Formats: sequence, structure tokens, C-alpha cells
Amino acid sequence: MYNNIILDRLRVDKLPTMWCPGCGHGIILAALLKSIDKMGWEKENTVVVSGIGCAGRVPGYIDACTLHTTHGRALGFATGIKFAHPELNVIAVMGDGDASAIGGNHLIHAARRNIDITAIVFNNDIYGMTGGQKSPTTPHGYNSTTSQYGNAEIPFDLCKLVEGAGATFVAREIQSNHINLEKIILKALQKKGFSFVEAFSVCPTSFGRRNKLTSDATKNIDWVKSMSVTKAQAEKRTPEELEGKIITGVFVDIERPEFIESYLKYDLSGANCEK
Amino acid sequence: MTTKYEALTGAEAAALAMKQINPDVVAVYPITPQTPIVMKFSEYVANGEVDTEMVRVESEHSAMSATVGAAGAGARAMTATAANGLALMWEIVYIAASTRLPIVMGLVNRALSGPINIHCDHSDSMGARDSGWIQIYSENAQEVYDNYFMALRIAEHKDVLLPVMVCQDGFITSHSVENVLPLEDAQVKKFIGKKNFKGLLTSEKPYTIGPLDLQDYYMEHKMQQHDAMKHVIPVIEKIQKEYAETFDRKYEIIEEYRTDDADMVIVGMSSVMGTVKDVIDMMREEGIKVGAVKPRLFRPFPAEKIKNVLSKFKAIIILDRSDSFGSFPPLYGEILASFFAAEKKPYIKSFIHGLGGRDTNVEMIKEVISELQKLRDTGESNFTIDYLGVR
Repeated sequence: MYNNIILDRLRVDKLPTMWCPGCGHGIILAALLKSIDKMGWEKENTVVVSGIGCAGRVPGYIDACTLHTTHGRALGFATGIKFAHPELNVIAVMGDGDASAIGGNHLIHAARRNIDITAIVFNNDIYGMTGGQKSPTTPHGYNSTTSQYGNAEIPFDLCKLVEGAGATFVAREIQSNHINLEKIILKALQKKGFSFVEAFSVCPTSFGRRNKLTSDATKNIDWVKSMSVTKAQAEKRTPEELEGKIITGVFVDIERPEFIESYLKYDLSGANCEK
Repeated sequence: MTTKYEALTGAEAAALAMKQINPDVVAVYPITPQTPIVMKFSEYVANGEVDTEMVRVESEHSAMSATVGAAGAGARAMTATAANGLALMWEIVYIAASTRLPIVMGLVNRALSGPINIHCDHSDSMGARDSGWIQIYSENAQEVYDNYFMALRIAEHKDVLLPVMVCQDGFITSHSVENVLPLEDAQVKKFIGKKNFKGLLTSEKPYTIGPLDLQDYYMEHKMQQHDAMKHVIPVIEKIQKEYAETFDRKYEIIEEYRTDDADMVIVGMSSVMGTVKDVIDMMREEGIKVGAVKPRLFRPFPAEKIKNVLSKFKAIIILDRSDSFGSFPPLYGEILASFFAAEKKPYIKSFIHGLGGRDTNVEMIKEVISELQKLRDTGESNFTIDYLGVR
């Protein structure tokens, strides 16, 4: 049944995808499509916006209103779309470098405003499409084509970043835990406000091969699994034990005034402002 | 001198040149098709083969900002980018030039979106033609390699002090392997010499870079940039001559190919001129007297030189790898302007070719030559602009 749901929401003439064998992005895409289907959203009122990179290719495959924009700017374009047509369901799909390096400013400001957009970061720890340069989420000490003997930098905890900036829904899940990933994306889509899902993908080609995980997808998936710890498990562990681990779960699920509603109340009905 | 060829891509040739220059600071962000330059350079840094501090920044805007900061503090600072990366750098690209910082940037020419396209054309660098940077265009990997050293000398020359873009064609040059004859490290070191640019922040007196400059002095500063550009051509000639004498590699601002007895020529820049030269050889076998003219410098535009070279011919066709929508394609427009005051003018026609990596092949160049013959004989298509190889 699921296969039909997925195929119905894909542009099948664009398949196969350009993603490498073993890439985790297809599984995240499937989870997203199933969640959109559960929401009952029509193709005509579902908008998927992306930036540049491997995740940036998602809008080409989804049969809905989609927009492939420039590097890091998915949320900027998505904000414009949501403002022009608040009734549309807007999803921004980004890669880790896309969302947190070149587009980091848009990410924190979209979260701060609490605009009703769902942002999904396909985090594979690397700039995959350009050939495996380190990104702001490449783990400390790991190799890339621009950190040949190990990354000296400390990566972002994207969930903490977005939580700090004010998002009303923040969650992380690994791609191999796909049933839970789907549930989390569904919750994010349901949220009225800025919702953020960091979906942990794998990149055997650009990350795995350079980090002794080879280009074998299962080894990469197993590595991500071995690094992941649920929020409940994490509470029982010390900070040292959690060093470098991928903590999964829902971190924020709160209510705060949504930006467009506030905007309409304050900027367009100034007389009604509470002084 | 080294006599051993190495098989290098244009990107690797650029990285090798950067390694031999051994800059103090390199700040970069990945973008196709520039990335192989910085990946290779990053390897040199990781292996301790250079003394460079390499900053992997979070966007091209930051890459150019860090490069300007480093150069302002007196470092030899370099970066590299392409297309949308250059576009994102935009405001600092202008600031680098107006602050008179001798930065050398590798630009791997790629179509500037949209729709998104990662392949070669010159729409990125042509957009920056009024930014105040010197622009040098390279035909092949060897030229890329040699241009880097000359570019550094030009940028740091006391009469110039302007940033330089060393352009090469994305994928066509950057990713194709060719034979490159490198120089030895010591030869490069001797040729480029010690940096004679102290930096604005490291003078004896505390200094401010980039303060507000309004109606009182802004125009005087702009005129200084204008004047600096006037010094560039004589400086390049001098440096090219020195390069030829030192390494037996002769480069001209405007390269002529089989023009001695030609009455018509194709004018173009970068990799397409390799194909053009091959087709000219074929046509010569058939007795067609056609030649080629390749400007290597686009900013400053060598107007007087190009007029002198081109006025020898009856007909010229100019190949532009970018459009200027609603106006003349960049190279064509510059050449038209160069001829305005000339008494003797050839028939002149423009072709826009190779946008977004569309291959400009032998058949297309043959078509250009047959158009060139018609133009020479009838003058009918004089001053027309057409697209080459579109459906």
C-alpha cells in the first residue's frame, strides 16, 4: 500500500533518482511522502522548496508544487511563499551544509519568527554533491576532502541551535529508524509554527569511503545506528558518554504565536494592538 | 627548468600554481566546478607542503570577506569560486577592488542560474566586468598555470594594486586532463618574489579600512581606481616579457593564430579557441585563409590593441560565451566600441555560443567560417547577433 502512496506522489518519469547507491535520502523522501499523504494534503496546496545539494534534488521528484532554489536559501523562498499564500502547506528541504552553513542565518530567523513552515534537514555530515568537503555538521576528527587527516572543528548541534532560536517543534531521527522518522515528520507537518526535523542520512560515497565505513551502505547505516542514542537513554548517561553521539527524539513541542497570524494582528490591524 | 610534463586537469594546474605561490591565507567554500582546486590545495595544506592558513568558511560571502581581511592585514591571500559563488561574493568583490587589495582569485567559469546549470559559460565573470577586477581568460590548463604567477605579479605591482581573476572554463578546462609543463618551486619563488605589499592594517600608524566616503572624496577615490586600470596593460606587457625571457613561454595580451595572410578571423576567449585553431588548420588545408584572434585580457579591455590587430582583416566574427540581454554580447560590444573612431572597419558579426556548457564543436566552427566567408564577400550580415548551435 505504501509503495502506491509513494509512487502516486512522485514524478515517476524522473526516476531513478540521481542519488548514489546506498544514499539515505530516498528513505527520508519516502517518510516525507507518507507523512504528507497522512495529512491528506493535495498536490495543489503542497509546496516543497529546496536549496542546493543532494537534498536539493527532492523537489524534482515530488509531484506537487515544488521549487528548487539557490544554495542555502530554501527558507528565504519558503517564507515568501507562505506570506503570499498562508493557506499553502510549505515544506523546506535542505542539506546540512545548505541549512547550517550558507543558509544558517535563514534557519535561525525562520525559527525565531515561528513561521508555519516545516524544515527538514537531510543530514549526511558532508557536502556530498560537490565531492565530500567538510560541512558544519561533519563530526570532530572525521575525514573529508577538505580535512584529509581529521576535522579540527566542532560541529553544530542543529536541534539545540533551532531550539535556542525559538522553533516550536524540534526533533531528530535516523533514517534507518524509518517508521519513527515518519511519525516525527507527521508531527512536524501537523505543527502550527516553525517545525524542524533533522533526519540523519548516510553518504557512503563521500563520507563513508573516507571514514573507514567503505561505500557499503549497510556499514554506513550501522555506524549511524551505533552512534545514535534515544533521548530517554541519553538522560541516563553522562556528558562524556554522549560525546559525539546522535541523540534522537522530540526535543521541543510547544505552542507560541505563529508569525503570520501575529503579523496580520499587529501590522495590519494596528488599532487592535494591545499597548 | 623542468622538462617533465605532468598530466593535470585545469583545476589541478591551478592548485599546483597556488601551492608554488604558497599564499599566507586561503579562504574557500565548495562550489562545482571550482571544488577540485580547493580539495587539491587542502591536501597540500594537510600534508604540510605549504605554509598557508586555510579557512573553510561557511559561504562564498565569507570566503571573499576573509580574503579581504587577510589581504588588508598584509597577507598574500587567495580564494577560488565559480558562478553562484561569485554572485554571492558580489558586494565584497567590489570592495576588494576599491580597497586596492592585490588578491588573486581562481574563477572557474560556470553559467549563472537560472535555470540551475553547473556547466561552462562566461555569464558569471562577465557580470563582474565592472567590479574593478583585472580579468585574465585561460584557454587550457597550461595557460591557467602560467597565468597564476603573472597574475600575482600584476596584482602586487606598485602601479596597479588591484585584484585579479584568473578564469578558466568550467569542466572543459577544469576537469579535463592535459599535459602541463610545471616550473620548479624555486623558479616560481624567484619569479613572484617577496610580497611588496605591506597591507593597510600593518603600517606604523593605526589605520581604518573602508570608512564612509561620501560626496567629499568618493569620486577622487574612484578616479584613482580608473587610473590604476590604465597602468595595467603596460605592466602586463612588461611581466609577460619577463616571463617569456625567464621561462621561454611567450604570452601576449592578444594572441594571433595564422593571421599573417588571413583576410578574415574568428575572435573569442578561453577553451573554444582550441577548437577554433584546430578547425582553422583544417580549413587552411582547403586553401581558406582564415585565422584566429584570442584576447587573453578582458579587464582592462585592450581596446587600442584589438583595434590595431583587427583592422587588418576584411571580416571578423566574434564568439561570446555569454549574452548581455537587451544589449551587445560583452566581447562584441567592447570590440564595436573599440572601432568607433577607426577609419577602416571590417565587417563584424556576433555569435553567442556554448551557454550552459553546450558543446561548441568542429561542425559549428565550420559553420562560423562559412558565415565568415559570406560576411567577407557580401557584408550582408554586418552588425548582426545570432545564437550558434540552437534548435
